[in-house]
Amino acid sequence: MDWNQLWQILSAPDNVPIIAMIPLLAFYIYLAWKQAHANDKLIDELAANPALAKTHHRKTWPFKPGWQKEVHVWPFLLRVEFLAAIIVTIILMVWSITLNAPLEEPANPNLTMNPAKAPWYFLGLQEMLVYFDPWIAGVVMPTLIIIGLMVIPYIDTNPLGGGYYTWKQRKFAISTFLFGFVILWVSMIFIGTFIRGPGWQWFWPGQTWDHNRLIYEVNRDLPDLFGITSNLWKGIFGAIVVGGYFVVGGLLVNGMFRRTNPKDYKRMSLLQYSIMMTFFLIMVALPIKMLIRLLFHIKYVWITPWFNV
Amino acid sequence: MPEENKEKTGNGKSGLLGQLKEDLDALKTDLPAKAKEQVEILSKPTKTQVYTSIFRHKHDDTPRNRALGVLSNVFLHLHPAKINRDAVRYSYTWGMGGITFYLFFVLTLTGVLLMFYYHPSKVQAFRDVLYLEHDVPYGKLLRNMHRWAAHLMVIAVELHMFRVFLTGSYKKPREFNWTVGVILLVLTLLLSFTGYLLPDDQLGFWAVTVGTNMARATPLLGHEGPFGSQLGMTPYNDVRFGLLGGSIVDANALLRSYIWHCIGIPIIASVFMIVHFWRVRKDGGISGPAAVVLDSEVKEAKK
Repeated sequence: MDWNQLWQILSAPDNVPIIAMIPLLAFYIYLAWKQAHANDKLIDELAANPALAKTHHRKTWPFKPGWQKEVHVWPFLLRVEFLAAIIVTIILMVWSITLNAPLEEPANPNLTMNPAKAPWYFLGLQEMLVYFDPWIAGVVMPTLIIIGLMVIPYIDTNPLGGGYYTWKQRKFAISTFLFGFVILWVSMIFIGTFIRGPGWQWFWPGQTWDHNRLIYEVNRDLPDLFGITSNLWKGIFGAIVVGGYFVVGGLLVNGMFRRTNPKDYKRMSLLQYSIMMTFFLIMVALPIKMLIRLLFHIKYVWITPWFNV
Repeated sequence: MPEENKEKTGNGKSGLLGQLKEDLDALKTDLPAKAKEQVEILSKPTKTQVYTSIFRHKHDDTPRNRALGVLSNVFLHLHPAKINRDAVRYSYTWGMGGITFYLFFVLTLTGVLLMFYYHPSKVQAFRDVLYLEHDVPYGKLLRNMHRWAAHLMVIAVELHMFRVFLTGSYKKPREFNWTVGVILLVLTLLLSFTGYLLPDDQLGFWAVTVGTNMARATPLLGHEGPFGSQLGMTPYNDVRFGLLGGSIVDANALLRSYIWHCIGIPIIASVFMIVHFWRVRKDGGISGPAAVVLDSEVKEAKK
């Protein structure tokens, strides 16, 4: 256990935000879960008791007849905002006094930093470079993430759960988002920051960064495993595998979705449904590609003269 | 005529003195009276013309004045006069949108101050940062605040998006504002990324080298991307060249990232922020905490 190495990574000034983000995220997930749980309990109660549903004010917070439903922004909201601004300023001041922004040697194109890391919020993308060619990890995936986020409101046809925390009314939407945001985005940032060392190799926390370490990894391409040698057949084979993933995966997800969310399935138009399917399958393809690389040492699935997947 | 003249001038002389005497006598009584009046006016500053021209309503603690305090103020009028009593609860919004905006404000302020000490040129950039850290009063604090506020802003934006998703706040009628928010998220990341190169040190240089190397691989538009070379892309005309103003991260890249960071993206982000805040109000204010809806109450649209 190399505590010095561990401390060096943890105390690198630019890594501090990520160390701060993890407990923050855990706290806010807890806060959201607590409110979702309370709301779900209330929803169950009201669903079981239609008479109560007619008279209840339908929030988990206390409300008595005669209380005003609205309050003045001044002072009730503005004082909260003012306090928040002061607290953020204090945190920022203390942080800035105690921790200096990093400044390395002057830029030198002849001296490569090893590891050369992107800013922490892009380390998820840099981590994807291990598993995908740069055109996918660096260009196509970010574009799809942005478009995928933008289409969410237009493909989520579930009318329930607008304006309050809930789990039971939006299981599919929330689990998908948690998977994408927490499992894929945040944990890959975590790996990129704390695990990856020189040569972008995997170093467990506390393992010494060995700049001379070499790993002899024999990565194969999927067509090689099937003994395909001609370039033409490699291309055709890859297209069939990738196409097959979307067909089989699509059928599986379709079977699951229409059984677990029959109402949403009925509400969605063909366009909404196919967009959701496409983005869902591409998102799931990411960990699948990671797994087949880690378990079977497979580098490419689809090889063509112009691009490899 | 001469007689008249003489009389007039005679009268005039004594009249002038007489008038002067009269004026002085009047002043003796008027001045104390006016002074007293002035003191009375100044003792109630909120009644003066200057004050009432600036603050257009009274400040007695009445519901009307509380509402006007928000509505008649250009900075506060983004808010409605009244909101849902539960909407002020921190546990619902986490305050992350507001904190993001506040951090943008802090970053603008510290950023403008930093610009006074910085030249975006290969010769001076790194030295300027050293000078800032060691010789400029509070220079180190200024730079630290700018950097940590930038990191905090990225965290706050991501948590804001997370909250908006978990509360289903992107649902009808707020779909469009969610997409504006996604654009603002991307702009925040780009703002932070373009600032990374500016100290012109190894950290920023290699981070931006790694980041922009990906642009080589852009399909169609990068010289190493799929179908790039078939379309005539070389290191000297592809999208990466456009981003860096050259085929390597050098002086032009420094200038470009400086201009994007200090002028280009802040202006674009401000425009989107205006739309974002405006739409929050126009889409019915903050989304909740709303009353829960039961599954049995959903009316299906007839097809």
